[in-house]
Amino acid sequence: MAPCSLSQRRSATDEVMAVKPLGWSCPTPDGDERDEYALAFDQGRKPRLLIIPALFDEGNKLRRFAVEVMRRLDGAGVDSFLTDLPGTNESLAKLTTQSLDGWTAAMLAAANTFRASHVLALRGGSLIVPKVIPGWSYAPVKGATILRQLIRARILAARELGREETQDGLLADGCANGLELCGYKLGANLVRQLQEREPEARAGLAVIDQDMIGGSGLWLRAEPDEDREQADALAAAVLVGIAR
Amino acid sequence: MRTDTDHKLRKLLTDVLGLKPGQADGFDADSGLFGYLPELDSMAVAGLLTEMEDRFDIVIDEDEIEAEMMETYGALLAFAEAKRDR
Repeated sequence: MAPCSLSQRRSATDEVMAVKPLGWSCPTPDGDERDEYALAFDQGRKPRLLIIPALFDEGNKLRRFAVEVMRRLDGAGVDSFLTDLPGTNESLAKLTTQSLDGWTAAMLAAANTFRASHVLALRGGSLIVPKVIPGWSYAPVKGATILRQLIRARILAARELGREETQDGLLADGCANGLELCGYKLGANLVRQLQEREPEARAGLAVIDQDMIGGSGLWLRAEPDEDREQADALAAAVLVGIAR
Repeated sequence: MRTDTDHKLRKLLTDVLGLKPGQADGFDADSGLFGYLPELDSMAVAGLLTEMEDRFDIVIDEDEIEAEMMETYGALLAFAEAKRDR
């Protein structure tokens, strides 16, 4: 397909109609199914991009950025779907029962439901990419790095309350019993899998480093922020790849 | 003249705090950080330290982190310089 200009813009009314919440049926850890939520720009077009959000706090920081990228893709003729991970955002599932394996299965189900032709994983989303479709991994990060930072934040917060905790102690406890980190109640499975898993390098899944986007990653910001040029650059990288 | 660590630390604070280019040039040794900047909560400080590890190729143990080193720009720079010299 020939992507349209990125500068193509819809009117506000058009956009309200174009972006909509969708429900999708997601497999649960106990073999059942439950509805989960996705934000979608869906007009039944052929290029269809599944966006896997970043994990935990980074997911919040990058959500607005992700939607800005979706707006640009929509203007260029690409449908896109930003899914919730079960147990996060609008999901009614318990976070404690989730695991990276479960989230990978959920993303495969989402890819099938939305008939996704491509996938874009943001940061820790790269740990749960379904293998069946080509796409991109934006600024992928190891699970252990995500975990280390969350544990560090907990240690610093605990210290302000006069309680001393350690990385090793919390990690051992988390692998055995689960762990609450920065308001996220992680089950033992999720802690163990985060500690072990690295973003997969495979044919068909290209890495987009922050250097290729320019500026500094918005997940670093203390407060959620947006950056028009970065959204342009990420959308352009995806469009060039889809057009190939 | 500013050291390499000084330059990189200003860039890092620019990235974390979303400052405009050049704004971090105004930091001096006494500029207040944690406790003065409401954006720097424990999650943001954890992110800052993890990014310092990455960009300076150092490892920071939690027992090395003291409240004083996060209070001013000068204290944080001194900590980073000392870790990189080791």
